[in-house]
Amino acid sequence: MSNHKVSSKKSSATSYKVSLRDRFRTALKLHKENSIQTLLDILRQPTNSLMTILVLAIALALPSAFYLFMTNAKAVSQSWDGGIKMALYMEDSATEKQAQDLLAQLNLRPEFEQVTFVTKDDALREFKDYSGFGDALDYLDTNPMPYTITLEPTASFSDPKELEALAQELAGLAQVDQAKLDSDWIKKYNSILTISEQIATFVSLMLALGVLLIVGNTIRLAILNRREEIQVIKLVGATDAFIRRPFLYAGFWYGLIAALLAALMVNVVFVLLKQSTSQLAQLYSSEFSLLGLAPSFTLGLLVIGALLGLIGAWVSVRKHLKDINPQ
Amino acid sequence: MIEFHQVFKRYSGGHEALKGVSFGLPRGEMAFLTGHSGAGKSTLLKLIALMERPTRGQIILDDINISNVKDRQVPYHRRKIGMIFQDHRLLFDRTVYDNVALPLIIAGVSDRDIPKRVRAALDKVDLLTKERQLPIQLSGGEQQRVGIARAVVNKPPLLLADEPTGNLDPELSEDIMNLFAQFNQVGVSVLIASHDLGLIARMKHPVIALKEGRTIRNELAEVDFA
Repeated sequence: MSNHKVSSKKSSATSYKVSLRDRFRTALKLHKENSIQTLLDILRQPTNSLMTILVLAIALALPSAFYLFMTNAKAVSQSWDGGIKMALYMEDSATEKQAQDLLAQLNLRPEFEQVTFVTKDDALREFKDYSGFGDALDYLDTNPMPYTITLEPTASFSDPKELEALAQELAGLAQVDQAKLDSDWIKKYNSILTISEQIATFVSLMLALGVLLIVGNTIRLAILNRREEIQVIKLVGATDAFIRRPFLYAGFWYGLIAALLAALMVNVVFVLLKQSTSQLAQLYSSEFSLLGLAPSFTLGLLVIGALLGLIGAWVSVRKHLKDINPQ
Repeated sequence: MIEFHQVFKRYSGGHEALKGVSFGLPRGEMAFLTGHSGAGKSTLLKLIALMERPTRGQIILDDINISNVKDRQVPYHRRKIGMIFQDHRLLFDRTVYDNVALPLIIAGVSDRDIPKRVRAALDKVDLLTKERQLPIQLSGGEQQRVGIARAVVNKPPLLLADEPTGNLDPELSEDIMNLFAQFNQVGVSVLIASHDLGLIARMKHPVIALKEGRTIRNELAEVDFA
């Protein structure tokens, strides 16, 4: 071992200190290396990571599917809103003349596309046809039906709230008993939508928590697998940040890849459903066409996926790195 | 370089590993720490590297009382110390070169300097030709030299070695010890725990002998400490 060269310069014997500039540069380089390396690790070992990513993707795809369903359900109800009709029932004491006067007045108002007068006889006939009480009604001495005016608002005047206000105004007119909107079932539909939305939000939050836990557990196993390596690295002076970084990147990639996969899944389902819904819409002679995931939503999904992955990894790393110390 | 003032270490299980150890290792000195296994040699080294904290007493390293080094600062503390272990503690999935480069990468040494410094360290331990090999392809003595190259690559002022020759035959052991002596000659302080008494006697460096946590022979004792 005579050829071992040991520097004889005393000054260079110890120089463990590194300039700030070099440290900063190296940190940047490490970020780049860690991010690429962890991505390659995930892609290179599909058997290890595929199951995790699939589970994560499903957990992210479900809320997205909920969201897609809700947007479409709302779009459907909006296309119905235009079709709300109003009926004015006159008081029993009102004469046909009074009803006709009111009709003339209403015809002048810009809110209505079409105003129709329904006589007592017409109303009774219609009621007989639809109610099934046909014969029983014959026993009545007088026609119990009021004069009725049906009103169809114009397309530009279809906001349910405005219609509601208008109905109240008209109900206040002399000789008018009540004004009814046929929007009750739309209201029911909308309140069911609201409940569904709340349930979907709750389930989505649960699934987000699930994503956090799954990523956290995956990272925990990765940390335990590299326990000895971490011990050695700590011995030669690695900071927690240095050790943490690759695990955080791994969590980030898991979340991002899973979100990409989730967006893909939802879009595939969308394409499959689009055909059959447009057929259904045609049967109802509706113009409705299924709405896909908006680009902004897809972007949001990717951001949320990556963030959940990062946070899950962070929590796991915080908890488990502390326990690994060199022996 | 290192000062121990009445240092006690009791492990959580109740085992008392050190019972009032005091000594001072001057800067640039090389010394041996001997004693049977269980005498407290490893504990003493672990206290210096802050792998353990003393129960009582003070340890001064490089004029810093290391009780004041916060957990967050421990990595920077360890960068001042090159550590060598009996079992080498190499990363077996990385090449010799990557193992030696590790402390430099961790410390943030620039890309430009890393190859130069790694090769300089490998040259010193005579392993320049094996930089592309994996540790598993090397002999025990060569693995230990990789461990030494890794310990010295960022030029720490202090080297600690825990039974560095424990698994080696006498001839290789002497080579390894001579290597430490060469680093010592350029100003690095060296403290080696070893029970190879014959070898230690030939090296002619101060010795601290531990028995059951106490110093039974202390050639680095300083009067002030008593």
